[in-house]
Amino acid sequence: MSTLWTQLEPILASVQKPARYIGCEDGMVTPHPAPGDVGWLMIYPDTYEIGLPNQGLQILYEIVNERADAFAERAYAPWTDLEARLRSRGLPLFSVDTHRPASEFDLLAFNLSAELTYTNVLNCVDLADVPVRSADRRPEHPLVVIGGHCAYNPEPIADFVDAVVLGDGEEVIGEITEVVREWIASGRTDGSRVHVLRALARVPGVYVPSLYDVEYDGERLVGITPRHADVPEVVEKRTIADLGAWPYPKRQLVPLTEVVHDRLNVEVFRGCTRGCRFCQAGMITRPVRERPAEQVRTMVHEGLRRTGYDEVALTSLSTADFSGIESVVAAAVDDPAGCGNVSVSLPSLRVDAFTVGIAAQIQRARRTGLTFAPEAGTWRMRQIINKLILDEDLFGAVESAYSQGWRRMKLYFLTGLPSETDEDTLGIAELARRCVEIGRAHHRSPSVTVSVGGFVPKPFTPFQWFGQNTVAELQRKIGLLREATRRSPGVQLKWHDPKATLVEGIMSRGDRRLGPVIEDVWRHGGTFQEWSEHFDHGLWVDAMARHGLSVDWYVHRHREEDEALPWDHLSAGLHRDFLWQDWRDALAEVGLPDCRWTPCYDCGACTGYGIEHVVASATPPAGGSQGTGQDLRPAGPVPVRLLPSRSASVGAR
Amino acid sequence: MRIRLRYGKLGKVRFTSHRDVARIWERALRRARVPLAYSEGFSPRPRVSFGLALSTGYESMGEYLDVDLDPTGPEVDVASLPGLLSPLLPEGIDVQAACAVSRSEPSLQQVVTSCTWLIDVIGTAPAEAADVVHRALAAPTLVLTRERKGKAVTDDLRPDLVALRVVGPADDGTRLEAELGTQPRTLRPAELLAALDPPLTEGRVCRTHQWLTRDGARREPLPAGATDAPHACERAS
Repeated sequence: MSTLWTQLEPILASVQKPARYIGCEDGMVTPHPAPGDVGWLMIYPDTYEIGLPNQGLQILYEIVNERADAFAERAYAPWTDLEARLRSRGLPLFSVDTHRPASEFDLLAFNLSAELTYTNVLNCVDLADVPVRSADRRPEHPLVVIGGHCAYNPEPIADFVDAVVLGDGEEVIGEITEVVREWIASGRTDGSRVHVLRALARVPGVYVPSLYDVEYDGERLVGITPRHADVPEVVEKRTIADLGAWPYPKRQLVPLTEVVHDRLNVEVFRGCTRGCRFCQAGMITRPVRERPAEQVRTMVHEGLRRTGYDEVALTSLSTADFSGIESVVAAAVDDPAGCGNVSVSLPSLRVDAFTVGIAAQIQRARRTGLTFAPEAGTWRMRQIINKLILDEDLFGAVESAYSQGWRRMKLYFLTGLPSETDEDTLGIAELARRCVEIGRAHHRSPSVTVSVGGFVPKPFTPFQWFGQNTVAELQRKIGLLREATRRSPGVQLKWHDPKATLVEGIMSRGDRRLGPVIEDVWRHGGTFQEWSEHFDHGLWVDAMARHGLSVDWYVHRHREEDEALPWDHLSAGLHRDFLWQDWRDALAEVGLPDCRWTPCYDCGACTGYGIEHVVASATPPAGGSQGTGQDLRPAGPVPVRLLPSRSASVGAR
Repeated sequence: MRIRLRYGKLGKVRFTSHRDVARIWERALRRARVPLAYSEGFSPRPRVSFGLALSTGYESMGEYLDVDLDPTGPEVDVASLPGLLSPLLPEGIDVQAACAVSRSEPSLQQVVTSCTWLIDVIGTAPAEAADVVHRALAAPTLVLTRERKGKAVTDDLRPDLVALRVVGPADDGTRLEAELGTQPRTLRPAELLAALDPPLTEGRVCRTHQWLTRDGARREPLPAGATDAPHACERAS
């Protein structure tokens, strides 16, 4: 394979942030592939700064590079200045590791975590000199595959991808590699593309959109069905049973230039069963699989020693729920590799599990930013979304933080939630005001930043049937909050553009008819739509109109119970009747307890796959009221497998 | 105790910024377990100070940083530092020398008075470039108007042009060597080329030396390879 470095070098002198494109990270692999080896190009369809820290991509990069018959390199979306120079010189998308052309790889694998990056996927495929539509690709072209959370409704981009991978990638990536290796060995002859796609469709967890027929009745979707008997009617997600068996990344990439989350990241558990009804991540990644605390400590220690970072993030969907979190945080702060100066950040903190103890631990080296996500302004609303934290839980957490020296914190909220009233919306401002008031007891000028996002209903959640608020309605609600916080010194309000929320809504629950819309927006220059300076609402609305599609029908309409949904042929294990019941419960303002610590209610995520929760403690973390009204004493039949190590001491707490 | 390190920045890594390099160094020093002194306050940072910033994209054979050590920490074998640190730094950053300096020494930014640069210009043949160089050196003033803090500022660069000569041909052009002043602010190669008559197109640029004046003589803050030469530090300071 050939490197493009000598052609790229003179261009890089004239683009912004050229260090994005040089690779050279600690942890980078320089492959020396043999003929027949399977080449994966792992692409994050956004800038290097956003994409490099992505842990999913790094995990798969390592796993592939450990194989004898495959290798992986990485690419990120080039910023518009570099793209223009590449196109004017006829240069293609390249890997940052060895600067080889993208088309020399066998697979272009995209991590999709946000709908607004879809046009960047098309742009990257096009820059790779590969036809953007899968139907136009020939045997010499790489396979375009996607994974990540957006893969759970891939229909809007189905025309552009060859295969979609659902769920955890650790195991399935090897199975895909083997299928592709055979394709290469067979010589990738004319017509062989159909065969390799058919073989991929037989790999559990892999969905090949081109092997399915989509039937409509007017606007209504009738169903998506396989064309062949050996292609599954329903594609089930993949789940690794034991996170402890996958201690990746072992060699986290350390970038030479600044990126988001520029620190050591150690995933402490995967999955979440708190059951927040708006949260797709919590629904599709079930069950909870904790990493053994001892392994967390080892990964922190080895990682700090190897990288030289002085900050570690313990990542998960709700890190304070990790069994024995305080001792793990304390061990990280005191890790000898960090010379006593390690700061620990806990990116996803539930307020009911955030205690003075944790606050005291994490502020010892340096106070990292503190973000809580109450998500809604009133207890009524939080019961509807099943984020069962009381006002008092939030105030307790805020008190803990202020008493340990923090002066500012960030609160995340959603607006446009089901059955939200103005009282609920204004509750956000009231909560923030009271948090600042608590801070006044400790500091002269405490500050609270309130960040408000418009709610986008997501597939495989109980809210998948809910009609999203209109742009006008979201703007009105933000207006209410602006008015209400104007007179609250110490409260800063930030909000997500409701027009961007609308476009996310189009994609989130869209179907295959949106393919031409995405292509249209891309052809009109609509890349980097995640970036406010590039986002162009008009491009999307115009493209929808040009293709005769109704924004209202896709976004604002409530779905019926028996309506066929574009992701019905995919499965995250969750029973549809469980989700429907949870949706009815939501509207009845009934909360649902966390099944990690209470009996199973058979959502399907464990039972369907013969797996179970892996947690080290049968009791929820201490602190707060836990808001749930659950009996939290360790008793009764709890459907968890206790990790052998430390369970006795932790359980006796 | 303060340690001065001299290093090069060559190849792909030249596209990192001054801030990037600072972070790269912090991580490498921690990995080497060099006992760093930290600043006080809410957000303690290692006490590390860099010399004159090198523009992103320029290479260098003579960059410097000063590192303050924790007086309560274990003793550091200064001579071992280049060999210890280079493997912990990205490809293209190599430590050439290390030596202890007095904490009362003024900062690198204060003492360095000029830098020597190798500047490739594209599309200009050596003979033609020699004429341009001759004109520049003969001119009483070299005026450049540039934007600074949103305002157009006109400066005479001539006092900061210490030396300029043609070294020979380079890829598709000519290699120049220039010594440019740094006080009170650094004259950058790109600014020099823009002020020439006619302006020349910048290709690869490499800083080869930084100079200070001590007792009337010009010398480097730390000669390359000083660590291994006996009494190098005395000679250098």
